[in-house]
Amino acid sequence: MSELASESSIPGWVGGRELASESSIPGQPLLSAISMSKSFGPTEALTDASMSIAAGEVVAVMGPSGSGKSTLLHCMAGIIQPDGGTVTYDGRDLGAMPDGPRSALRRSEFGFVFQFGQLVPELTCVENVALPMRLGGMKRREAERNAREWLAKLEVEDVAGKRPGEVSGGQGQRVAVARALVTGPKVVFADEPTGALDSLNGEHVMRLLTEAARQSGAAVILVTHEPRVAAYSDREVVVRDGRTRQLEYAK
Amino acid sequence: MSIGHTLLGLLERGPRHGYDLKRAYDEHFGHDRPLHYGQVYSTLSRLLRNGLIEERGVETGGGPERKRYAVTAEGVTDVAAWLSTPEKPELYMQSTLYTKVVIALMSDRNAEEVLDFQRAEHLRAMRELTARKRSGDLADQLICDHALFHLEADLRWLELTAARLTELGKRVKP
Repeated sequence: MSELASESSIPGWVGGRELASESSIPGQPLLSAISMSKSFGPTEALTDASMSIAAGEVVAVMGPSGSGKSTLLHCMAGIIQPDGGTVTYDGRDLGAMPDGPRSALRRSEFGFVFQFGQLVPELTCVENVALPMRLGGMKRREAERNAREWLAKLEVEDVAGKRPGEVSGGQGQRVAVARALVTGPKVVFADEPTGALDSLNGEHVMRLLTEAARQSGAAVILVTHEPRVAAYSDREVVVRDGRTRQLEYAK
Repeated sequence: MSIGHTLLGLLERGPRHGYDLKRAYDEHFGHDRPLHYGQVYSTLSRLLRNGLIEERGVETGGGPERKRYAVTAEGVTDVAAWLSTPEKPELYMQSTLYTKVVIALMSDRNAEEVLDFQRAEHLRAMRELTARKRSGDLADQLICDHALFHLEADLRWLELTAARLTELGKRVKP
């Protein structure tokens, strides 16, 4: 216990390194943030926050509302720039990259699932899922064929021709998961992906999301305040008052 | 878990002998703890003594003779009464965890760490249950969900307490 106590108070790499050495995940983390800080006006959202994720790993980021977990996710995804600290993806410093290449990297390597409103309401579900591939220059036919395959994997092939407003919340989230995974991202960022769903639908989405990510080898950073959702992850990072705590697990 | 009531309930589907009852019990309710034969026969003899079941013939075959049991009208009434009596909600008012947190605060140890150790252990248990649920049938899922919701309630308490440690510290160590 005392060894764990001293290690768990070290911010940053502890969880990732321990996991890497014990479960044959190759040495370096795929994405890591070290000592990030971020303020919005007078409000300090992050203070010395660190976390890392290895390829194919599913990590839950937990904490109360307003603890900074979404800010942590947005900084790691390169959506917002931290005031201090560094974010490194596959050896590249995201903060040092110009906006253009950083956006391109986000499109090709990262996938996103949010709580609400991410599907384009005017497009059908299959067009929504095909959208990232179309933006990448793929022909419509091929993009929509891939999209249908992903809709089938997420068990929502029957809503392919419907618009987001015509499908249930759970179906819409599964379409969003398909869209996040369709480009074969290395990291999926999921911010309260089940937050607007009832327990049964939420669990269904989580099961499909984690299974699909594991099959395609994508890492998942899962922001949630629900322990039952976090239970689908491999480990968790807790955020309290903008600081991260890496939890160690007894074997 | 009232084994007696459960066996009576299983007998409402028709007379059975002890071995059959054990099998039915284990299949539906014995996931972690299958019944011992001793438990089955001691329970049946108690039910017989109290007039809740009666002997209904003997099954003869290649093996030893086996008595068949049937539920009586009193037994059926007993099951009905059991089903309509709510279980006492389990309140853990004397939580060991609460005591640990207070002792940690009183002795200037790191109480947040005490909570985090527990948190990690609870989540580990939840992960195991979630994995089991994913590979199990509906019965497994429902049994695991029951445990998961209880663990989740504990975790919510851990989180709330973590947010109130400073306040609690002032109370217990003025």
